Amino acid sequence: MDSTESPRAIVAGHGMFPHGVVSAVDQITGKGSALVAFSNAGLGREEIESGLRRLLAQHGTTVIFTDLPGGSTTLAARRIMRDIPSLTVITGTNLTTLIDFVFRDGTMTAGEAARHAADRGRASLTAIGG
Amino acid sequence: MPVSLYRIDDRLIHGQVVAGWGQPLGLGYIVLVDDVVAESDWEQELYRLGVPPTVDVIFVTVAQAACDIGLYSADARVGILLTGTVEAMLALVKSAGAPIAAVNVGGIHHREDRAQKLRYVFLTKDEERALHEIEAHGAAVTAQDLPSARPLSLPEILRGDAA
Repeated sequence: MDSTESPRAIVAGHGMFPHGVVSAVDQITGKGSALVAFSNAGLGREEIESGLRRLLAQHGTTVIFTDLPGGSTTLAARRIMRDIPSLTVITGTNLTTLIDFVFRDGTMTAGEAARHAADRGRASLTAIGG
Repeated sequence: MPVSLYRIDDRLIHGQVVAGWGQPLGLGYIVLVDDVVAESDWEQELYRLGVPPTVDVIFVTVAQAACDIGLYSADARVGILLTGTVEAMLALVKSAGAPIAAVNVGGIHHREDRAQKLRYVFLTKDEERALHEIEAHGAAVTAQDLPSARPLSLPEILRGDAA
């Protein structure tokens, strides 16, 4: 991974999804180090929330990407938003979303970049054939 | 029809409940039994966001759930009842106006005072005693995080064979 880039967002979700999708971002862009993966596997509600809070403080990030809109990491992120209103949470994250996000360095705030990326990710979801 | 699943899960409503159990069951409603959530509009809104619009969520205290169990059984839809703690499920089993035949341990995660039993089950000694008490009241206790997993009996849970 590109070791020169500090993390700009957390990618949180189920199982190995966060690590897998961050790995895929790195394979495609070389910018995987802009993201920190966080899995909820084996963690209770309070541990998920405290883990996300710790990563936010550690990396100074203000964006969390999650997988399921109703998943435990999304609920934890929304709880954190009560204390950190500047936090941006993007749910339903896919690979297109994250690739767009990591290329937005410097041209937008992290929150603006996350919203732009969400639009790109949504637009990428397409049914072909059938 | 009777509630299809009485589940102890410290994450309450989350992906495993809504997708893992809810989709194969054809879920119609969830009864979320939690004294704190039942008093918080904000928490209720948060949990509703995690559920498809076709699924109703009923937020009640343990005491209210004990009174309303007969109403849930009269509902023709498939329902799941969730508590976040073993203690809340025990209180419900002891006070419910109708018998509860089975209790599913779906997720009780790591805490400093808990010992690991399974990948997704950690218990204090008090919680172990409470699970025994649930069985003593006639409800079979099994651990099963997802429908595709084999249900593990209480002795298997406590032995931690599958940890």
